[in-house]
Amino acid sequence: MAARVRALETILTRKGLIDPEAIDVIVDTYETKVGPRNGARVVARAWSDPEFADWLKRDATAAIASLGYSGRQGEHMQAVFNTAETHNLVVCTLCSCYPWSVLGLPPVWYKAPPYRSRAVIDPRGVLQEFGLTLAANKKIRVWDSTAELRYLVVPQRPADTDGWSEDKLAELVTRDSMIGTALAREAA
Amino acid sequence: MNGPHDLGGQMGFGPVAPEKDEPYFHAEWEKRALGVTLTAGAMGAWNIDESRHARESLHPADYYASSYYEIWIKALETLLKRHNFVTENDFKAGDAVDPAATPKRVLRAENVPATLAKGGPCDRPVEGPARFSLGQRVRTKNFHPTGHTRLPRYARGKEGVIDAVRDGFVFPDSNAPGQGENPQRVYTVVFSGGELWGEGADSALEVSIDAWESYLEPA
Repeated sequence: MAARVRALETILTRKGLIDPEAIDVIVDTYETKVGPRNGARVVARAWSDPEFADWLKRDATAAIASLGYSGRQGEHMQAVFNTAETHNLVVCTLCSCYPWSVLGLPPVWYKAPPYRSRAVIDPRGVLQEFGLTLAANKKIRVWDSTAELRYLVVPQRPADTDGWSEDKLAELVTRDSMIGTALAREAA
Repeated sequence: MNGPHDLGGQMGFGPVAPEKDEPYFHAEWEKRALGVTLTAGAMGAWNIDESRHARESLHPADYYASSYYEIWIKALETLLKRHNFVTENDFKAGDAVDPAATPKRVLRAENVPATLAKGGPCDRPVEGPARFSLGQRVRTKNFHPTGHTRLPRYARGKEGVIDAVRDGFVFPDSNAPGQGENPQRVYTVVFSGGELWGEGADSALEVSIDAWESYLEPA
């Protein structure tokens, strides 16, 4: 596959159809600039600021853009909030739809058949494979991203974090907790 | 189409294998595959729905044997041939041999940040009132189109409830084959686990999809 991709890039470059330096910028963007740190900032703000949380609930695209995160695969955002009663889980059974603007590029497992096939029929089993066992009476809401809306899970704020700064709170927000395959880290 | 991509509820793929501290890329070629896919898409010759359809049109055996970046590259080759940018001769030679169609635009390095920041919004104004309202019971259509659709098989012919009334969005079923954007309103429709999976279903499970208006009928 390496040779095949190299040949493709060569052909397109020699025909003047693509700019290889544009590829370098794209890769750098998703390796160093756009990643789950963005989403963690959004969640930490929502935990700290009830007004922002309310805005995030009503108009996630605008609320998230106010922190500087927007663009490709984040054009139409919806934030879904975990509660004591309900746990949210996001999947794209049809392809690999994922909120790039806040989480960056999706991990391999998110795009692969085991997760995509089972998240909608056996989410509890899937969560156990991530080391997360939910109480049997905890409701699970699975969001299948079949259109252009992209979902961000807002995990519950961990206990014993009163008075924490947003920076410190953001450290507890993992990528998986914003997909729904984990909870936020506990306060150390 | 009832293709290999439509995975919801299928069985036999084994456990999910999360990788600890997974890197964004597992090989150098994956970086180039991402970049080539995005820069070629930026030529403007095809839309996201056509590219999704090219991926799901891979032979099922090929689809399941390929990693996601491999799927992207195989589909990209199809799109480039279909739109006359690359020929079989070019691929055989591994070099530019034949002339290419003229792209609408070429994405230059200096324009990448602005292009990525802008994204590709798919919402479009739609006229008239929404056909369905919040809380209304609806049934998804039971259809099996041979072309592109975003109504997954596991959620066809199922009764659910309108959970959110969204904006109008480009309709993928007509946009993928180049028959126009024909925007329709989108609804989030939520189903009980029992409705989708029947006997033995998790009683504390709800699953929602985002469905274009023409996928739905009043229940």
